[in-house]
Amino acid sequence: MPGRVEGKVAFITGAARGQGRSHAVRLAQEGADIIAVDHCADIDTVGYPMATAEDLAETARQVEKFGGRVVAREADVRDTGSLRAAVDEGVAELGRLDIVCANAGILSNGPSHELSEQTWEQMIDINLSGVWRTCTVAIPHLIAGGRGGSIVLTSSVAGLRSYSGVSHYVAAKHGVVGLMKTLAQELAEHSIRVNTVNPTQVDTDMIQNESMYRLFCPDVENPTREDFGEASGATILLPIPWVESIDVSNAVLFLASDEARYITGVALPVDAGALVI
Amino acid sequence: MSRGRVAGRVALVTGAARGQGRAHAVRLAEEGADVIAVDVCADLENVPYPLGTAADLAETARQVERLGRRVLARQADVRDLGALRAVVDEGVAELGRLDIVCANAGVNQPAPAKDMPESVWRDVVDIDLGGVWRTCAAAIPHLIAGGRGGSLVLTSSAAGLKAYANIAHYTAAKHGVVGLTKTLAQELAPHRIRVNTVSPTQVDTPMIMNEPMYRLFCPGVAEPTREDFAPVSQAMNALPVPWVEPRDVSDAVLFLASDEARYITGVALPVDAGVLIK
Ligand SMILES: NC(=O)c1ccc[n+]([C@@H]2O[C@H](COP(=O)([O-])OP(=O)(O)OC[C@H]3O[C@@H](n4cnc5c(N)ncnc54)[C@H](O)[C@@H]3O)[C@@H](O)[C@H]2O)c1
Ligand SMILES: NC(=O)c1ccc[n+]([C@@H]2O[C@H](COP(=O)([O-])OP(=O)(O)OC[C@H]3O[C@@H](n4cnc5c(N)ncnc54)[C@H](O)[C@@H]3O)[C@@H](O)[C@H]2O)c1
Repeated sequence: MPGRVEGKVAFITGAARGQGRSHAVRLAQEGADIIAVDHCADIDTVGYPMATAEDLAETARQVEKFGGRVVAREADVRDTGSLRAAVDEGVAELGRLDIVCANAGILSNGPSHELSEQTWEQMIDINLSGVWRTCTVAIPHLIAGGRGGSIVLTSSVAGLRSYSGVSHYVAAKHGVVGLMKTLAQELAEHSIRVNTVNPTQVDTDMIQNESMYRLFCPDVENPTREDFGEASGATILLPIPWVESIDVSNAVLFLASDEARYITGVALPVDAGALVI
Repeated sequence: MSRGRVAGRVALVTGAARGQGRAHAVRLAEEGADVIAVDVCADLENVPYPLGTAADLAETARQVERLGRRVLARQADVRDLGALRAVVDEGVAELGRLDIVCANAGVNQPAPAKDMPESVWRDVVDIDLGGVWRTCAAAIPHLIAGGRGGSLVLTSSAAGLKAYANIAHYTAAKHGVVGLTKTLAQELAPHRIRVNTVSPTQVDTPMIMNEPMYRLFCPGVAEPTREDFAPVSQAMNALPVPWVEPRDVSDAVLFLASDEARYITGVALPVDAGVLIK
């Protein structure tokens, strides 16, 4: 049986680990080839390590294991030039572009009035402007292909409601929802669809770290993964602490596939009920 | 054993005689589910187009069986809780379990709010909102008793998320379905039962492919046809299509019904060709 995205090519940012890797592998399982991009370097306002070149190579290996071809490149979503080079090379090698997952992102925290200018700026530059840049380098290829396409932007439940202590993240992720709706309008005539996924806490390095544990468990002296799990679970309806990367990937796959050929302009929560709690 | 995306599950589908309901029954059966198919199979006084028939419901059953799945097809009106309970109980007794619910039956009868006869308001709200609640009420005890979680997919509409003139009752009922979804999601989360809506734009079914609907959409045309309706309908969508097909809604239902969406609950999923962002 052909895969659900058989023969398509997907461009994925933040692909070295976490959700990005999971998207790459899930789409490859269903027949796609992958252009995988990651910065593979730490970011100074972020309190946990970013992915490494080795992580990106591991993503590529996993994609190839499912028979997918892969072009993996280091690129920073703050740098249009490096992004464009990666996607241009990927399309030259893999022959086309159909799917975009603008997934790269960071998390930091602090009360709004205490955020440094640099912390604010880096957040907006990566989590919002980085998504726009990813789209700008990809859209010409999608239009030129003349076969439509599906762009899936990674927002968050923080793109649809507020959380104190992360106003810059909330602002950036709300911005992604706004960008998505405008792109959906602009690209509809080309049958290019644009949607967001809006996850609640996902079990990745972005949240499984000391500074997030402290943010969620202010009253615990040395909070652990288990303490965090309890606090995290209290923010959602279903009886689980968080969702897994695969759950977001399954939503991305659905939106990327022709099963969603008439779904555009939609923010799809994968949030265990966080928005209706 | 089939390795479909809902293999071994049992789905209740209301309004299953034709249109989207039939498409849901068939799509879920393709992916390995057995089906309890329910429809009123009768025309209704305040609905200006013919509804599904007993022959239509039998055809849905045939299509499910042709896929190698079991089906229990029964006539019932979603305004009659007793009848719904009887069908669901019988279906679960025969098919062994219940996992998925598609509360899909619905009607429409356009009229400006100020001129709307009370009986028209009452019937549309009673079927499109009350009928959805009754369907859930009849099904939920079985889902809870099963102890395996479950997925309820309620059919709302783009009219559940934005306003459309001349269908105040329908818009109110479909907005109500979105509210019902969120409350049910809260109430049922401890049982791992998920509740979501699908919110379609125009779908190519007899509900909209009928004379009174053509007239509503094409007030300037003397004898409007499907061809006159198409460009008017397309102008409402962002994507260059006049309407979506029942199967497009079924693909969304299948996604929400399957374990791929195991942590998606309380969500309104538009299948709307961009009507909400146009
Ligand atoms: N983990 C969660 O709880 C959660 C919840 C909602 C949304 N999200 C979003 O999901 C997306 C993926 O995050 P994740 O959970 O997989 O975390 P992650 O930290 O594991 O992965 C993020 C990836 O993005 C890369 N990256 C960071 N900055 C980059 C840049 N400037 N250019 C290129 N690549 C860069 C990192 O190296 C890393 O590989 C992010 O946009 C995040 O905001 C995460
Ligand atoms: N067609 C559209 O443009 C559109 C758009 C958005 C939402 N919807 C919704 O989708 C659902 C399915 O509609 P459709 O497009 O397949 O139309 P349809 O008229 O083809 O199918 C509706 C089915 O429901 C049955 N039904 C009606 N009243 C009933 C009752 N009281 N009890 C039991 N069964 C009853 C009918 O007999 C019919 O078989 C409805 O809830 C409708 O409001 C339709």
